[in-house]
Amino acid sequence: MLSAWLIALLQALLCAALAPLLVGWVRKVKARLQNRRGAPVLQPYSDLRKLLYKETRVAHTASPLFRIAPYIVFVATWLAAATVPLIALDLPTAQIADIIVLVGLLALARFFLALAGMDVGTAFGGMGASREMMVSALAEPALLLAVFTLAMTAHSTSLASVMQHHLTDGFLLRPSYLFAFGALILVALAECGRIPVDNPATHLELTMIHEAMILEYTGRHLALMEWASQLKLLLYGVLVVNAFFPWGVAQDFGPLALGLGLVSVALKLGVLAVVLAVGETVLAKMRLFRVPAFLNLALLLGLLGLLSHVILEVGT
Amino acid sequence: MTHSDQISDSDQMPRSAWLCEYLARLEDEQVMAQHGDARILAPAHRLELDPEGWATAAKVAAAMGLRHAGLWADCLDDSALAAEDRAIRMQACLEHAGDYLVLETQVPMLRPVLASQASIYPGVDRLERHAHDLTGLELTSQPDGRRWTRHQAWPEDRFPLRGDFPLAGEPVGRAPADADYPFGRVQGTGVYEIPVGPVHAGIIEPGHFRFHAMGEDVLQLEERLGYVHKGIEKLAVGRDPAGLARLAGRVSGDSTVAHAWAACQAMERATDCIVPARAQALRGLMAERERVANHLGDIGAVCNDVGFAFAHLQCGRLRERWQRRSQALFGHRLMMDAVIPGGVAVDLCDKVVEELREDHAQLKSEIVPIFDVVADHPSLDDRLMTTGVLSEADARQLGCTGYVGKASGLAFDVRRDSPYAPYDGLAMDGAILAEGDVAARVRVRMAEIGNALRWMDRLLKSLPDGPICAQLPEAEAGAMGLGIIEGWRGEILSFIRFGPDGRIARYFPRDPSWFTWPALERLIHGNIVPDFPVCNKSVNGSYSGQDL
Repeated sequence: MLSAWLIALLQALLCAALAPLLVGWVRKVKARLQNRRGAPVLQPYSDLRKLLYKETRVAHTASPLFRIAPYIVFVATWLAAATVPLIALDLPTAQIADIIVLVGLLALARFFLALAGMDVGTAFGGMGASREMMVSALAEPALLLAVFTLAMTAHSTSLASVMQHHLTDGFLLRPSYLFAFGALILVALAECGRIPVDNPATHLELTMIHEAMILEYTGRHLALMEWASQLKLLLYGVLVVNAFFPWGVAQDFGPLALGLGLVSVALKLGVLAVVLAVGETVLAKMRLFRVPAFLNLALLLGLLGLLSHVILEVGT
Repeated sequence: MTHSDQISDSDQMPRSAWLCEYLARLEDEQVMAQHGDARILAPAHRLELDPEGWATAAKVAAAMGLRHAGLWADCLDDSALAAEDRAIRMQACLEHAGDYLVLETQVPMLRPVLASQASIYPGVDRLERHAHDLTGLELTSQPDGRRWTRHQAWPEDRFPLRGDFPLAGEPVGRAPADADYPFGRVQGTGVYEIPVGPVHAGIIEPGHFRFHAMGEDVLQLEERLGYVHKGIEKLAVGRDPAGLARLAGRVSGDSTVAHAWAACQAMERATDCIVPARAQALRGLMAERERVANHLGDIGAVCNDVGFAFAHLQCGRLRERWQRRSQALFGHRLMMDAVIPGGVAVDLCDKVVEELREDHAQLKSEIVPIFDVVADHPSLDDRLMTTGVLSEADARQLGCTGYVGKASGLAFDVRRDSPYAPYDGLAMDGAILAEGDVAARVRVRMAEIGNALRWMDRLLKSLPDGPICAQLPEAEAGAMGLGIIEGWRGEILSFIRFGPDGRIARYFPRDPSWFTWPALERLIHGNIVPDFPVCNKSVNGSYSGQDL
C-alpha cells in the first residue's frame, strides 16, 4: 500500500515535471512545421524559472483573492492531473477520485481563474473571464457525456476501471468510443485554449481568452498560472491517450512495467502533440461566435456516443 | 517637370469641363471665386475664394461628387507684417477623375474664423480639428468641436504653428496624462466600455481605442490618436530642402520613400526643377519596393491576427529578404533618405539590375503557393470574408484611397489617374474589388504585389541612363508646391510653401491614414470585439503619419 502511494506521489510529481516539456515539444513541432527553428524544447522550463525568480507585482486594486487564486488554480489542476493514470493503473489516487471529481477539480480551478481575471477590474480580465465561462459552460457537459460513455461501458466512473476494462477487452472498435473520442478531442482543444478556439501565442488583448485572464499576473503568480495551464494540457493529453489507448500502462509496480509505462505514455503524448501541432498549423482561429457551434458538436458527439452505446453495445 | 504644357491650355481640355461646371455652379450660389495663377500649385488648379463661400464651395463640390483630398491651414504671420495684415490661409484640395483643384481662402489672424467643411465631407473632420489645435483657426459649425492633436503638451491658448511659438517648443516638463478627453458615450442596459491602449500588448504604435460593446458586439468605436505627435510641421519650418526631405522621410517610417518623394515633388514643382529621367525611374522602383515590402508584411500580419501563423512566418521571411536587398541596394532597409530633392542619392549599376530581375522572378514564384493558401483556405475565409465591411458609400464619403478604397470599389490610383513620371500605363489587374471586407483588402494587396513586380520588371528593362540628381534651383519666397504620390497606403499629398532665402515656411504631409482611420470606426460596426485586431490590421492606418 505504501509503495502504491509512493508511486502515486511520484506520478503526480512526474506530471508537474513533464507538463512544460509537452508544451515545449508542441511549440517545437509547430515551429518546424512553419519552417523555423523554434525555441529549444526545454524553453518552457527556463520561462518558468525566470518567472519564479522575478519580482511579483500586484495591482493596487487587487483583493486577496487575486493573490491566492494562482495557488488554488495550480493545486486544483495538479490534483486533477494526479488522478489520471499516467504510467501505472492501480493507484490509490485513481480509487479515491473518479472522473466526476476530476471534472469538479477542473471546474474549481476555472472558477478561481475567472474570478481572478475579474478581480483587478480591467476590461480585458473581465472579457476573458466571461469568454472562458461561455466556453466552459458548453465544454463541461460535452466532457461529461464523453466520459460517461466510457463509464457506461466499464460500469464504473473510475478512470482506472475504464482503462482496465478496455485493456481486458482487447482492441475492440466500439462506435460509442469513436464518438466519445471525437467529443473529448474537441473539448480538450477548447479547454486548453488551443487553436481553433483560442490562440496560446497571441498578443492581441481583444482576442484573448485564457491569456486575458492572466494578463495582470507577474512573477511567481504568473509562473503558477502558466504551469497550471501546461498541466491542463498534459492532463487532457493523458486523458485522451490513456483512456482510449491504454496499452503500455503499468499494471503492476515492477520497475520494468513502470519504465515501460513511462516510455509508452511519452510516445503516445509525443504523437498526440504532433497531431495537435499539425492541426494548429493548418487551421486559423475561428470566430468567437462559432465556438458554441463547435462545442455543440462535441456535445452532440458525446450524446451520440451514449446513444450508440445503449443501442448497439448494451447486452452484447 | 513636364506639367507646364498641360496647364497652359488646361481650360480647353475636356478633362477640365468639370471645373467650368464647378465654377458655374459656384456662381449660381453667389460664391466669388477667382482663378489663381495656374502655375502656382501646378498641376492642380487653384481657386481663390472669399471666406464666406468656403462651406458653400464644399457643398457644391460634394454635389458634383468631388473627392476631398484634405485641407490644411497656413499661418501667414511673419514678424515683418503688421498685426492686422497677419492671416491664416486655409487650403483644401479636391480631386475629380485624377484632376486636382485647390481651394484657397484667407482669414485675418485677429479674427480667424471660418466655416467648417466637415459636415459635408466627414473625412476632413480631424484635419480641421488638427488645423485648429495647431493654428488657432476657429471653425464654425464644426460637427465635433473637441481637440484632436493637442493632448496636454501645450496649453489651449497656444498654437504651435504660429510665428510666436518658438521653434524649440515650450518645454512644460513632463506633460500630464491626457485623462479628461470627453469620449462619446453609449448608454443602455448591458452596454459596457472597453478602453484599449494607448500602450498595447504587442510592439505597435500607441493609439487609444474606446469600444462600446454589448456582449461581444461592437456598438461604437472611437479612436483617440495623437500620442506620437512629433511636431513634424513645426520642425519643418526653417529647414533647407535637403533637411526637409530627410524630415519627410520620417513622417511615417513604413512610407518613408513615398513621403520623401511627395515632399521632393512638391519642392521640385515649386522651383520648376527638372528631375532626370533615371532619378524618376529609381524613385518609382523604390516606391514599388516599399509597396511590396509593406503588403507582404501586412498580408502575413492579417493571417497572424486570426491565428494562422504559417502565412505570417512565410511572408515575414520573404519581406525580410526583400528588405535586406533594399539595404544592399539603397543603404537602408526601408530606403530612408534615398530620395533627395532633385533626384535620388543612390544609383544602381547594370549588374544589379539583372540581379533584381532574378529577385523578382524568385519572389513571384515563391508568393504563388503562399498566396494560393491565403486566398483559398476555408478556415481563413471563414474569418476574413464578411468581416469588417466598408461600404463603397462610406469609403467615398470619407475619401479613402489605396487598398482600402480599392477593396470597396473605388478604383482611384494616382499612378493611373493622375500619372507622374515614371508611371505610365500601370496595370491594375485584379486590384479593384467591391466586397469591402478584410478578405478583399488582403486580395487587393496580393494583386498589388503582382502588379508592382511586373511593373518593376518593365521599368528595369528600359531603365533610362543619365544623371541621378539635378540641382534644386533656389526657391522664390512664397513659392508653393503640391506633391501627390501614390504611397503604399494610398494617395499622399504634400504641401510646401517656401519662405525667404529658400527655406521651408510650411510643410504639410497628408497621409492617407487621415481618411482610413475614420473608415476603421465605420467598418467595425456590427463586428465582434475579437475581430477588431484583424480589421485594424487590414486597414493598417499609420499612427505616426496621422499624428504628425
